[in-house]
Amino acid sequence: MSQRVRVNPIACEAHGMCAELLPERITLDEWGYPIVDETPLHGSQLAHAQRAVRACPTLALLLERAPGERGR
Amino acid sequence: MAGESPRTAGRAPEPALPRLLAGIQAHGLLTLEEHEAVHGPLPSTGGQRGRRERERADMLIAEVARSGLLGRGGAAFPTATKMQAVAGARRRPIVLANGAEGEPASLKDRTLLESLPHLVLDGAILAAEAVGADEVVVCVCESAQDAAESLALAIAERPSGRSGRAPSLRMATVPSHYVAGQESALISYLGGARALPTFTPPMPFEQGIRRRPTLVNNVETLAHLGLIARHGAPWFRQLGTPTQPGSALVTLSGAIAHPGVYEIEHGASLSSLIAAGGGSTGRVHGALIGGYAGTWIVGELLGGVAMSNEHLAAHGAALGAGVVLLLPEDACPVAESARLARWLAGQSTHQCGPCVNGLDALAGTVEAIAAGTAGAGVGGRVDRLASLVSRRGACGHPDGALNPILSALRSFQAEFAEHARYGPCDACARPGELPLPHRPIDEATVRTARAQR
Repeated sequence: MSQRVRVNPIACEAHGMCAELLPERITLDEWGYPIVDETPLHGSQLAHAQRAVRACPTLALLLERAPGERGR
Repeated sequence: MAGESPRTAGRAPEPALPRLLAGIQAHGLLTLEEHEAVHGPLPSTGGQRGRRERERADMLIAEVARSGLLGRGGAAFPTATKMQAVAGARRRPIVLANGAEGEPASLKDRTLLESLPHLVLDGAILAAEAVGADEVVVCVCESAQDAAESLALAIAERPSGRSGRAPSLRMATVPSHYVAGQESALISYLGGARALPTFTPPMPFEQGIRRRPTLVNNVETLAHLGLIARHGAPWFRQLGTPTQPGSALVTLSGAIAHPGVYEIEHGASLSSLIAAGGGSTGRVHGALIGGYAGTWIVGELLGGVAMSNEHLAAHGAALGAGVVLLLPEDACPVAESARLARWLAGQSTHQCGPCVNGLDALAGTVEAIAAGTAGAGVGGRVDRLASLVSRRGACGHPDGALNPILSALRSFQAEFAEHARYGPCDACARPGELPLPHRPIDEATVRTARAQR
């Protein structure tokens, strides 16, 4: 079951922790909000992603099942 | 309210049209008796009690599937697919009939509710019975007072608890700001919070009003459903195109002799619609198709436009909720676009950073082009801002807002280049053609929905 990271843009307040902890997936735009690569995570990225999810001060970063595997 | 009494257009031979607008009066609503005289009584699926009733309800969903009915709120999503998703849920669903028409250039939903509310109620009741819902909430903009009055009268005319199984009907007036009609914003508002979009999932069909699965359909979609239940899918498909069957309500405004709401066959030519509207009032710069999340089509291209998504896709456009706004040639498309971009930025609910910052920056950039102060490299800045806004909001507003701005930049390239170089033109000072009502998003007010029976 592959997973991806996704940001809840309503909860996000541009603290930028995620980009520090998961730079291979997340960069920041000119206002400090994360630009997230939502393709499935592979291998060692998952552990980094979990750390970034836990570190977000507003709980705006989510791990979820990659689409195509989500049942309606 | 429509500026003129609604008429019909389309290439179909009479009396194929009108369908929805059959029997409409210039003023006032069709009473239940008048409505049934035009369309016949509401065929019942009989609620959801016994197995035979259950089968008849399934048959209605299957009939809607065969009809090919697509949602008329703008997204053109298959109606039967939504119904199936909700019908299969474990908890008892609720039906939300969405008449919260926040789009300033659209009048079709309030016209339906104001003049033909029983058509909407028919569809909502049938949809409720088909998916096993015991409750229908019809949402109407608080700015549409005539529509709310008609709807309240129509609800009062309906025998409550028809044979003890009919769904309860109630109306909710909702704020009029642009994104209040977005389905998650409505569900939020009906739950006692502000009418602001929420993060999904859960989608409404999974968890909506009071956490129950919620079937959200535009009021025009439901009106079609009421007629499909009476006349069947083959009848519905006699009009329209194979991929977009049936008719649609469109709001025609701008440089047109008789602005108003018209019913057309999907695939009808834009020129036949303009002819039905009494012709344009002069030469036309272009048409904004699909409203403020829509696309400009300009110049000679207008002559060949057909009103179906399949055809409009070739122009990068879609019918959306059926807005057709003709921009007169003496208006300045650059100034109009700058004002529209600023208005759209102002309709952000300030929840998502990329929307708040991106739409504001984009509006500033378009304003700078219009003022001739943008400087070199402005095209690259627009592209970059668009990529920063695209698909980064919780709702569709930022993406919708990009459409008319980017398409204006493409379609009115020469005009934008001229303004970037020489600054404002003579027409820039003219009053704007696009209606941009002041509809603030009241941050401080938390209101519970005014439920009325």
